[in-house]
Amino acid sequence: MMDPTLAHHLSEVAVSVEVETEGMTLNIGPQHPSTHGVLRLVARVDGERASSVRPVIGYMHRGYEKLAEVRTYPQIITIVNRIDWVSGFANEIPFVVAAERLMDIEAPPRAQWIRLVLTEMARISSHLVFMASYPLELGAATPLFFALRERERVLDLLESVTGGRFHPNFNRLGGVKPVYAAGPTTKKAGMDIPAGFLNETRDAMGKVLGTCEEIEDLVAGNEVFLARTKGVGVIPVEIGASYGVSGPNLRASGTDFDLRKVSDYLPYADFDFDIPVRPNGDCWDRWWVRLQEIRQSARIITQAIDGLPTGPLQAKVPRIIKVPAGETYVRAENPKGEMGYYLVSTGGLGPYRLKIRSASFSNLSLLPWLLEGALVPDFIAIMGSLDFVLGDVDR
Amino acid sequence: MILGLVFWFELAIKLAAAAAVVPLIGMVIGYGEMKLSAHMQSRVGPYFAGGRFGWAQLIADGIKFIQKEDIVPQEADRPVFKWAPALVMLGTMALLVVIPFHPSSDYGIVSDLDVGIFYALAISSVSTIGVLMAGWSSANKYSLMGGLRAAGQLIAYELPLVLATVGVVIQAGTMSMQGIVSAQVAQSWPFVLTQFVGFAIFMIATLAELTRLPFDMPIAESELVMGYVTEYSGFRFLFFFLAEFTNMFTMSVIAVTLFLGGYGFWGINPDSLLSPLIVFAKVGVLLFFMIWLRWTLPRLREDQLQTLAWKWLIPLAIANLIVTAVLKVVI
Repeated sequence: MMDPTLAHHLSEVAVSVEVETEGMTLNIGPQHPSTHGVLRLVARVDGERASSVRPVIGYMHRGYEKLAEVRTYPQIITIVNRIDWVSGFANEIPFVVAAERLMDIEAPPRAQWIRLVLTEMARISSHLVFMASYPLELGAATPLFFALRERERVLDLLESVTGGRFHPNFNRLGGVKPVYAAGPTTKKAGMDIPAGFLNETRDAMGKVLGTCEEIEDLVAGNEVFLARTKGVGVIPVEIGASYGVSGPNLRASGTDFDLRKVSDYLPYADFDFDIPVRPNGDCWDRWWVRLQEIRQSARIITQAIDGLPTGPLQAKVPRIIKVPAGETYVRAENPKGEMGYYLVSTGGLGPYRLKIRSASFSNLSLLPWLLEGALVPDFIAIMGSLDFVLGDVDR
Repeated sequence: MILGLVFWFELAIKLAAAAAVVPLIGMVIGYGEMKLSAHMQSRVGPYFAGGRFGWAQLIADGIKFIQKEDIVPQEADRPVFKWAPALVMLGTMALLVVIPFHPSSDYGIVSDLDVGIFYALAISSVSTIGVLMAGWSSANKYSLMGGLRAAGQLIAYELPLVLATVGVVIQAGTMSMQGIVSAQVAQSWPFVLTQFVGFAIFMIATLAELTRLPFDMPIAESELVMGYVTEYSGFRFLFFFLAEFTNMFTMSVIAVTLFLGGYGFWGINPDSLLSPLIVFAKVGVLLFFMIWLRWTLPRLREDQLQTLAWKWLIPLAIANLIVTAVLKVVI
């Protein structure tokens, strides 16, 4: 005879058929093929699905904000080059403009237009890196070669003007650095952009547009690419804006906010160009927006070299540059998004404080929200589509 | 002595031939992939090794791999870790046994089993066990995920693969590889004309089985570093590397046997010595398509692959099977 309480107890023992799977902590990076350098993600995964993702940054921290406090203004231009090294030239612009505003000088029109041309070239080259690396992260190796070939063309042009492919260090307070186009005997006469640059640029832009067609043929119509990117990593516009996401990432979510149309740090008002916008905010839209931006940048450059004004490249500045006391914030539409410098001067040779607002840092801050519940393969698709550079994140 | 000296002598020669042929096939395909991918990407590819066209590139690579240290991670399950590449290679080599290159029963095929295609499909899955072993024993989370993906992929793709071949078996009325080819030679057209659905399913499933793009999720460099081969180095890595290329060959040669008429070709006597060359030419075409896809397509996601297999390929293969069976009875 069984004890009734025991019988009752046994009947209560439920047979658990639910399989308990133990979660796993997956450390992605800092050494990993597709974390764009040294980003580390600590992901809590159950099988392939992540329950939480924590990005760990700082492996690339070089202390630029602090370094800027002990450098003179011309020296800082070489530092800001290296923040987002994929588009080095574009980083220089907001800093130089901020210092110029405090000094109450303005670069001559020709210098401003050259700045604009080279900024757009930096944008093209940055977006072409994205066009190269993003399909690679999804497994397609071939678009890389098409995009990088074109990027090399653009970098060659940048190099012919500035002397540097990645770190041009070309801007000066009040203008751009004159280049000796001819030999040393004709120093004064030759201080301008190299002869033939304008024609070469026109040719190169035609080829860039051709490559855009090629990339679109190769990638945009690909069923597998669409399956991997459509509806993946959707950023609603209000979430994106609240995290400070900017640039192409936000424009793919349906806003047409572009500082080139709003602000006047460079004479964009003189040019005719569109802002590509997509409504869905998924990876495919971000890819598409960047491809269209390459086309628009090529359009801007073609207009600029057709109407490049003549005149000096440098405004009159004192030999030893001291910026009057004051503070200002200048922001610019960089390839990665909104980049800004908050410059505080107390009248010395260098700034008292330089706060760098970099686009990738804010864009990356969305990752924990965006990757929660995502699959491991989608991690890569989503991270790649945000197009960040770790130098721009850590500074 | 029951087995005479001749037997051992023959066996030694056969072993030596097998040991030479398999790496050779792997190297030829590897070189082909390097060159083809290079030209698809506006590069030159191997150029210097060997003097002309870089023909010795793969030999140089092989020597380099042999020189490398054979690293076994401290936490790894050593015996399993060490045997996994061998098992992967074993599955590949054992497949070559039932491939007919010539109608002659003496030297056209190593062993014409009555259940040839059954054997081939069974043995081709053995290498997945090696992959799973490699993934499990590496003591690496990426390797583990790669191994598990490979196992999931195998289950998803073995079914359509088998179902696609059953159509051919019904039509040929035999499971012997020689029998299937001679059935196609006798009717003078390959089975691909009637079994094109089966052929398409077979090729897609083959790509998944080979873990080649667009189905290379078990390796997935950008996600899992190198999947189940992450921790391998030196000679053992070379084994995986060669096994991939040799596997491409064996799976293509099975496809050629089943669907493309094997050594049969219009106007050429199958008994002639050209037969093996015809097989190689047909295999070359299939290999070209595999390499072409590899360098064109991005990678699917594991769940998308499962959807494709279970929701599309298996129903399609079953429908194909039913139609084939009904027509076989009716006609």
